[in-house]
Amino acid sequence: MAQTRREMLLDPLVDNNPITLQVLGICSALAVTSSLKVALVMTIAVTLVTAFSSMFISVLRNQIPSSIRIIVQMVIIASLVILVDQVLKAYAFEISKTLSVFVGLIITNCIVMGRAEAFAMKNPPVASFIDGIGNGLGYGLILMLVGFVRELFGAGSLFGVTILETVNNGGWYVPNGMLLLPPSAFFIIGLLIWAFRSWKPEQVEAREHKIQVVEAH
Amino acid sequence: MEALLSLAVKAIFVENLALSFFLGMCTFIAVSKKIPTAIGLGISVMIVQAITVPANNLILTYLLAPGALAWAGFPDVDLTFLGLISYIGVIAALVQILEMVLDKYFPPLYNALGIFLPLITVNCAILGGSLFMVERDYGFAEAATYGLSSGFGWALAITAMAGVREKLKYSDIPDGLQGLGITFITAGLMAMAFMSFSGVKL
Repeated sequence: MAQTRREMLLDPLVDNNPITLQVLGICSALAVTSSLKVALVMTIAVTLVTAFSSMFISVLRNQIPSSIRIIVQMVIIASLVILVDQVLKAYAFEISKTLSVFVGLIITNCIVMGRAEAFAMKNPPVASFIDGIGNGLGYGLILMLVGFVRELFGAGSLFGVTILETVNNGGWYVPNGMLLLPPSAFFIIGLLIWAFRSWKPEQVEAREHKIQVVEAH
Repeated sequence: MEALLSLAVKAIFVENLALSFFLGMCTFIAVSKKIPTAIGLGISVMIVQAITVPANNLILTYLLAPGALAWAGFPDVDLTFLGLISYIGVIAALVQILEMVLDKYFPPLYNALGIFLPLITVNCAILGGSLFMVERDYGFAEAATYGLSSGFGWALAITAMAGVREKLKYSDIPDGLQGLGITFITAGLMAMAFMSFSGVKL
């Protein structure tokens, strides 16, 4: 096997992050990050679904005919998501209301499909399981970072606990309301990508056009 | 009629699937490099969306909702928990059928759409549209309007994005922001622009 298990688990965190590098699973990353608690639940849900769907698909990989593999994968993923949805509705109804359609949208989260297609169809179950956990965590890392910034500066709290006392409650911090609105997530992820790529310059994309200085005659 | 019109305008501008709910972002970011491909994808999403949302609405009303199976003699059965798996099945099947129909009767359109057609199955905007339809309890007429107009809104957003990106590639962007980074920030600015529609009331 080319990669050790440790690499498989840690690689997707920074070096091959699903969101900042593979451009997968962005939809939910933007929509559920206005508070940390919701982001954490989403992380756990996606990690579990990715890990288990990769494992089951990998167990079945020699039996699935390639012409209908997408549908088979969809059915496995959808069943797992229904499970998560029902558990959330039963034990965390408030959070399940906040997440609304985004629990269901884990089905079409490209991370789950992407890993099933790219990794689980070619590798044994245990490796696929670890790969699923790794990618789920890489996704979670970005989710938590964005959630942290949005909740701390947008509402002055973390996990609902007040950290910066806002002006409305007699404190000193004027919250930046824009961070609670959807567009801010785009900016934060854009800046995060910038930060990641300044740290790891090999991830920088090549330019399509070079700007050249033309010598004056 | 007026209610439907206001629903349509709301779905296109105020609650734009791409820019205020971030649905279909993966394709939105990945396929918005050139205007013609963006338009092609936008149109196919619109078609699929306009068919699947009302189709899923019928399935929900006549098969899944509590008491919906009364016509078959099972008035107490509640199958709503099967919702997700049936919607995604309908979407996958419809995309497959649409692909075959286009291939047989409209080959030019089929060739223009190419690889994007099968990819629509995993586009979250499509499933998202159906789930919003369920969550907001739309009737059949509303579902049909919502499907068409939300698909149109998505197509509008991706075309606008492609227009911006075609110009953007000539600009001098810091290395780390090149490509993906600047695309996100552009999308953020566009989302802010679309937010200004939220004051519009019909």
